[in-house]
Amino acid sequence: MSAAVETGPRNALSSRWQNWRRGAYRFRQSTLSIVGLVIVALLIAVALVGPYVVPHPEHVAGGVSTAMRFRPPSAQFWFGTNELGQDVFSLVVAGSRISLLAGLAVVVIAAIFGTLIGAVAGYFGRWVDEALMRFTDLMLTLPSLILAMAIAAALGPGIGNMVFAIAMSWWPGFARLVRGEVMAKKEEVFVQAARALGAGAPRILMRHILPNVISPIIVKMSLDMGFAILTVASLGFVGIGVKPPTPEWGSLLSLARGYMPDYWWTAIFPGMAIFLAVFGFNLLGDGLRDVLDPKARR
Amino acid sequence: MLIYTVRRLLLLIPVLVGLSLLVFTISHLLPGDPVKLAAGPQATQAEIQSLARELGTDRPLPAQYWSYATGLVKGDWGQSVLTRRPVWDDLKIYLPATLELVIAAMVLAVAIGLPAGLVSAVYANRWPDYLSRTLSLAAISMPRFFLGLLLQLAFAMWLLWLPLGGRFPIIDEPPPFVTGFLTIDALVAGDLGAFATALKHLALPAAAMCLSPLATITRMMRASTLEVLQQDYVLTERALGLSQRLILFKYVFKNALSATLTVIGLYVGWLLGGTVLVETVFDWPGIGLYATKAIVTQDFMPVMGVTLAIGVVFILSNLVVDLAYGLLNPRVRYE
Repeated sequence: MSAAVETGPRNALSSRWQNWRRGAYRFRQSTLSIVGLVIVALLIAVALVGPYVVPHPEHVAGGVSTAMRFRPPSAQFWFGTNELGQDVFSLVVAGSRISLLAGLAVVVIAAIFGTLIGAVAGYFGRWVDEALMRFTDLMLTLPSLILAMAIAAALGPGIGNMVFAIAMSWWPGFARLVRGEVMAKKEEVFVQAARALGAGAPRILMRHILPNVISPIIVKMSLDMGFAILTVASLGFVGIGVKPPTPEWGSLLSLARGYMPDYWWTAIFPGMAIFLAVFGFNLLGDGLRDVLDPKARR
Repeated sequence: MLIYTVRRLLLLIPVLVGLSLLVFTISHLLPGDPVKLAAGPQATQAEIQSLARELGTDRPLPAQYWSYATGLVKGDWGQSVLTRRPVWDDLKIYLPATLELVIAAMVLAVAIGLPAGLVSAVYANRWPDYLSRTLSLAAISMPRFFLGLLLQLAFAMWLLWLPLGGRFPIIDEPPPFVTGFLTIDALVAGDLGAFATALKHLALPAAAMCLSPLATITRMMRASTLEVLQQDYVLTERALGLSQRLILFKYVFKNALSATLTVIGLYVGWLLGGTVLVETVFDWPGIGLYATKAIVTQDFMPVMGVTLAIGVVFILSNLVVDLAYGLLNPRVRYE
């Protein structure tokens, strides 16, 4: 930052561009990050167009065909059929949109809430910081999965409620991250300048500090995406949050448990989908962190 | 050291007060009326009111918190509205079951993860390193409940080597209660057959649970070993002509271990909260299943009890790790 100020805006721009290119180069050098990028791109593509091109959209909507119960995987039913004769492939493909959107929503809500708490704590310091951070630390001591389960169960079934419940157990990590970044940034010269010009706290925070701490927040969001998807599936698996006609991967797996040894395909494919999605986002997140946070790189 | 330990234990008090207050507040902020649920759908208004009076939920919230908090100290953790059993008595049965599972998983994770991380660092950026890094990222991404189902399918349903679930066969008499850990209780009773049975029941759930701590420990151990390997004293040891094995096991391992230890402590608490999934798959009668049942029926006292118990174990395990850190690393001194 200080170097950029000294050498003027044009050099700052070109050095930023160089940083970006160096990062892209490092990212391409790592095979695993590319694999992650490919998996994530595929998932997003499937989530976007999947629901329109699945072979049995009527099953996704909740339709059953009991004559076709428990067919093993074949050319007609790629992933077999379940206890209601529904095409497992169609359900798993349709589930990708739910899982991705729910995971994204969890991370975004948690980031917004955590940023708010962390920024206020870091900017105002003293007793505000003390109170908010002790509260955050206590929230971190609580078992997050049980907390999310309790909130989701109390709010009642529904994906929106489940997402909110998970986000409420997710924000403390963001709060701690943002607090540290804001504390470092508020001592910078440009913040002093803004204050000298008479800018108030909300303006300084929103216009001058937060835009400068956005990149670690984005890194954490991408790192958290995989685990957010995993948590959504976990709640579905314990049967809290989504109701059966919704083809959520975790709840599909949980229903399939009862038909385990003989009709294994009803469980294997939704489970593989969860694993693949989480794995893809983790690979990608790891790669992004290596690029954007050189300290963590080895 | 002793003064430090005592001070850390004293610091627990405000944390516990905060934790109980937080848990109490959250459970009362949530919608849903446990008394109405407990009274049943046919209950009249008068019946609900008399039940509320009996349970004390008609009093103002500060008074309710005060009696809850004073009860906690006396070992009265409230009672379940549904079963009417004291939460403390339930926890005494379920918490050891979960702890046994978590500790078994951690032992597995440490026993495999530390050497794997060391090897990964020694062969940094060659194939054993790539293999272990890819595998650990895959392991972190594997849903524990899905891995549990796969293990069940393979070892309990197809190969029939291990039991499907539970802690002990229902028809058999478990060893007399000493610690609540069936494996230890069986050894205390000198019953090797019961020990083997308990171990067999423990194997699959512990394996399903150990995967993500295993991966994290491997990654941490790799990173800290790499850091230690760059230290000047390692260079000096090499210059002195010490053998690679001696350098690795006598000097590098110990120093790398102390950095990894912190993660181990954090993970114990994290696993305690995450046992729910593995317990659901394997019907393991621990606090996870107990909490799930209570959550589904909106029975708040057991949920609060479980949450508090996990918080306490989490804090204690971090204390133990901090103390062990001082023992391992003489440069750290606690005043």
